[in-house]
Amino acid sequence: MWFTLDNLATAHETHEGAAHSSTGLSNVKLGMWLFLGTECLLFGGLISTYMLYRGRVGTGPRPSQVFDIPFTSVSSFVLLMSSLTMVLAVSAAHKRDDRSTNLWLVITALLGATFVGGQVYEFTAFYNEGMGFSTSLFSSSFFVLTGFHGVHVTVGIIMLLALRGMLKNNKVPGSRAETVEMIGLYWHFVDIVWIIIFTLIYLIPA
Amino acid sequence: MNTTATTDSHATEHGLSTAGYVRIALILAAITGLEVSTYYVDFGRLFLPALLIMMAIKFVMVVSYFMHLKFDNKVFSWLFYTGLFLAVGVYCAALATFKFFG
Repeated sequence: MWFTLDNLATAHETHEGAAHSSTGLSNVKLGMWLFLGTECLLFGGLISTYMLYRGRVGTGPRPSQVFDIPFTSVSSFVLLMSSLTMVLAVSAAHKRDDRSTNLWLVITALLGATFVGGQVYEFTAFYNEGMGFSTSLFSSSFFVLTGFHGVHVTVGIIMLLALRGMLKNNKVPGSRAETVEMIGLYWHFVDIVWIIIFTLIYLIPA
Repeated sequence: MNTTATTDSHATEHGLSTAGYVRIALILAAITGLEVSTYYVDFGRLFLPALLIMMAIKFVMVVSYFMHLKFDNKVFSWLFYTGLFLAVGVYCAALATFKFFG
């Protein structure tokens, strides 16, 4: 039979490794947006837990006693600006400007590392002020939420640096611009989660 | 421009220009500045709604322009916003559970 599944799969690969679904949309992009939709649920659950428990401080410090708003504001600004550098990397990738793509990817990773460094400093300061992981329901839910976010940023940094290495060695399978765009989508998602965390957790007092 | 890059049919320019992205980033930075100002200035009864509106504006701007949802196929928007609204539903359900059974 001339019409096999292999033929069908090939017919949907419109160009260089970027397979498209029957809707004409990129499978990779479709999968990434679906993944981000499920990530909304993960962070939705964690934020809900924090909002419900933030008043339960027990004998530990209250949020307003430990939060350093000026410091966190600078961290937030750094992460926000990393979204700009990421979108510039995506834009450069679409223009096939490898040099600019590499540069913006590295700057994005550095800004992300600055943010994570700030989070490590903040956690250490909280611990020294008597707010450990199991001090209260507030502290547990706070550390789980912001810790999960920090892990996501760290994974993003690893992906950015790995992508940069793959681009440099010409080892990106399929469409280069689409690969950069997918990492970009993940990075922006991490940024929008922080936009919510910064407002709901830090700026709105318990 | 590097001519050694592999052929890419996605290379067509979409979204905004570099200047456009910088403009969006400046607006986001200004809104963040306004958000932080609520910590120092007493906004009275406007405090909570103002913060929530600014948060929503920043969220939508990043999703629409930086993540290109405004320029992309609507299926992607549906996938993402379905997850988001389900997450809000989870929060409301958890809140209701604590209110009635907590």
